Amino acid sequence: MADALTLYGTTLQSRLMLGTAQYPSPAILAEAIKISKAEIVTVSLRRETTGGTGGREFWTMIKELGVHVLPNTAGCHTAKEAILTAELARDVFDTDWIKLEVIGHADTLQPDVFGLVDGARELTAQGFKVFPYTTDDIVVAEKLLAVGCEVLMPWGAPIGSGKGLNNRFALKAMRAHFPRVPLVVDAGIGVPSHAAEAMELGYDAILLNTAVAKAGDPVQMAKGFALGLEAGRLAYLAGAMEPRDMAVPSTPVLGLAFSEI
Amino acid sequence: MKLIVNGVEQQVTAKTMAELVTEMGYEDVPVATARNQTVVAKRNRETTDIQEGDRIEILIPMQGG
Repeated sequence: MADALTLYGTTLQSRLMLGTAQYPSPAILAEAIKISKAEIVTVSLRRETTGGTGGREFWTMIKELGVHVLPNTAGCHTAKEAILTAELARDVFDTDWIKLEVIGHADTLQPDVFGLVDGARELTAQGFKVFPYTTDDIVVAEKLLAVGCEVLMPWGAPIGSGKGLNNRFALKAMRAHFPRVPLVVDAGIGVPSHAAEAMELGYDAILLNTAVAKAGDPVQMAKGFALGLEAGRLAYLAGAMEPRDMAVPSTPVLGLAFSEI
Repeated sequence: MKLIVNGVEQQVTAKTMAELVTEMGYEDVPVATARNQTVVAKRNRETTDIQEGDRIEILIPMQGG
């Protein structure tokens, strides 16, 4: 398979991972997933609200789409909560994949990297395949790899902010430091050019939700992201030119008419 | 007997976790269950007794980011 992505032994053609929350309707969510060609979607576990049937319809729709499901531990603020949520998710979703979120700050939703490493260690020991939502800190990344993570998911910007790549330098350094580890920019992506930029840096995939769900037309935006990722990936594979400080004419100077005048 | 199910006090007749899942109306959807903050796996629900005052969580798949 040409340019396939492999995560924990699963081969994927798409490099877009799509969140399923906040869409205007289940039908629009389904269309967005289809047009984006995403093969992994994130899901959660929650109490059913009184009289609500959204969760049931949602699960039926996801099953019919035949995509890989990546349950999350969103909303967990301690490793203990996240571990319990992961155990519950494994039982209901029949997958050992878990998007591990341990939130450390209420305003920024910044990961608590200490709890994250603790949670990843325990979950890996239990046989989970952990997709850690982390920062762009290389020291934390090394610790996550040391406890058994085979994928790293650094943030681009705070969850739901749509700010893009807040620290391009750190993300570039992370890519250079871990050339063979699948790296996924998770969170903060707002428009397809942000995703393309991450792919141009050599990132392996993008996980996003709000940018599509809260777009004026989520289905169109999902297609835009699919194209943006593809463009960025092709640019990375092709190898970009080196930027220069001075102008260099692209049209040959030799043979210019009136050059003797 | 009285239990706390998903944070709400409930009067139930169920004696096992499996019976409780059915009594609470979740027989047609996959659920995850916990009793007093310990996971009760699907395969163990029929043999897991519930007791007065237990705090039960019954969770269903939902949208997530």
